[in-house]
Amino acid sequence: MYAQMVKSTGQGVKSRDEMSAEERDFQDKVDADIRIEPRDWMPEGYKKTLIRQIGQHAHSEIVGQLPEGNWITRAPTLERKMILLAKVQDEAGHGLYLYCAAETLGVTRDEMTEMLLSGKMKYSSIFNYPTLTWADIGAVGWLVDGAAIMNQVPLQRTSYGPYARAMVRICKEESFHQRQGYDIMMRMARGSEAQKRMAQDALNRFWYPSLMMFGPSDANSVHSEQSMAWKIKINTNDELRQKFVDQTVPQAEYLGLSVPDENLKWNEEKGGYDFSEPDWDEFFDVLRGAGPGNTQRLTDRQKAWEDGAWVREGLMAHAEKKAARKVAAE
Amino acid sequence: MEAKFEALLRLGDNALILGHRVSEWCGHAPVLEEDIALANTALDLLGQTNLWLEYAGEVEGKGRSADDLAFLRDAWDFRNVLLVELPNGDFGQTILRQFLFDAFNLLNLRALTGSSDPRIAEIAEKAAKEAAYHVDRSSGTVIGLGDGTDESHRRMQDALNLLYPYAMELFITDEVDAEMAKAGVIPSPDTLKAEYDALVNGVIAEATLEKPEAHFGHRGAGKTGKMHTEHLGHLLTQMQWLQRAYPGNAW
Repeated sequence: MYAQMVKSTGQGVKSRDEMSAEERDFQDKVDADIRIEPRDWMPEGYKKTLIRQIGQHAHSEIVGQLPEGNWITRAPTLERKMILLAKVQDEAGHGLYLYCAAETLGVTRDEMTEMLLSGKMKYSSIFNYPTLTWADIGAVGWLVDGAAIMNQVPLQRTSYGPYARAMVRICKEESFHQRQGYDIMMRMARGSEAQKRMAQDALNRFWYPSLMMFGPSDANSVHSEQSMAWKIKINTNDELRQKFVDQTVPQAEYLGLSVPDENLKWNEEKGGYDFSEPDWDEFFDVLRGAGPGNTQRLTDRQKAWEDGAWVREGLMAHAEKKAARKVAAE
Repeated sequence: MEAKFEALLRLGDNALILGHRVSEWCGHAPVLEEDIALANTALDLLGQTNLWLEYAGEVEGKGRSADDLAFLRDAWDFRNVLLVELPNGDFGQTILRQFLFDAFNLLNLRALTGSSDPRIAEIAEKAAKEAAYHVDRSSGTVIGLGDGTDESHRRMQDALNLLYPYAMELFITDEVDAEMAKAGVIPSPDTLKAEYDALVNGVIAEATLEKPEAHFGHRGAGKTGKMHTEHLGHLLTQMQWLQRAYPGNAW
């Protein structure tokens, strides 16, 4: 999941009596699983919430290139290097689909980029953690993409058409990425002592940040309640986190790695694992910008944007000259 | 066989080192579309690397894989031209270097599709399609930036002044080239120059840039391995680090 703590109207869900006729029609369509398209009427709050959520997701794809890009030049084999490059390229592509989906709501990519760079819009907390060893690239694919898929699969059924369609394309590629990540982990976990140590260390560092990706419990959140009524959000954070833990623990066991949680225990009654909550104070620190990699990530993106200004301006100027020459020739 | 091994290393190392340089951009390009395009170019080049070096290893006959050749040789055994190992510089320098290389790569690969060695012809067939696309893209961007704003024009002219002489190494023809050309395995690089000039001059003119002096003083130092720049060692330090730090591990 690349959207955390997305604010909605903050007003709670309106009852049918409180809704205008337009709002009632809109809610009926959503309830009947009829997709909302860009030209359809939609409540202002729905539009704003969607922009926040899709924007956060798009920014996550873009910033998410950095921790993985950190290992492209050091990938251990030609094949691994190509797989990683292709993956990071896919992520840039996902960013592109998502920015396009958000643009249908009347906000431009440049506007959203400026909001990311000024800190007004967020990206997922996970990308503020460093990738320190090659095993981290495996762990990111396995755990981070794994957690992302948990949320994105249901979002293929989200109420907003362009977002749902972008999700369909993204999900296909994400599951491929997760398998590639797991494959790296497998190789490491079955490799030399040093590689095993690297793999365990990667799991130790990425386990709790991955659980944080779902956001804190939103059982009582008015924002989540509204987003769920609008089918922008399909499951609660706790539901998805539980699903993720239940899926991932057996995978870790298969690798012969141990999940860094003393309280992890199968609970027969609920048919899932009991597990420790991540340190939510740390999560809020990271969201506030005080995580291990926030400054580096944002500085990198700001620098890329500023250094690239002359290129964007140059290409625009050329396009204008070309168009003018074409007009003059006609 | 030794000359063929050398010739294959030159093809593979050019693709490998340039692919590595281009991949350094990942996540830092001026616009998202360029990030995607640069990653795509790097991927194609690494794919070509794999094919060339795999065959080089077979021709050498000492059981070295493409990975062994990429990750376990030291700088003096690399056979890439100096152009591709130079640091990226700004985006203009990166894209101009790409164009100067792409133009050569395309003409060279097209000629290689007629190689007397069927394996080389087959690899070239596949790679030439990618190179044609690369030329389209890099030439278009060079033209756009050369004929853009005053600043973009100045930066592109600076890049051209710096890099154009390095491109001349691509056409230096030595004994290895002569022997392989005689056997019909590769084209003699000097025979590609006229077509290269026609292609490159056209793009430089359309980009409203001025072609600088073309004197290359390094005497083919990269392709023979006689004297690389200081930059290559640092590139290899990064690229080869895991293989060197954990010898014999499988990844």
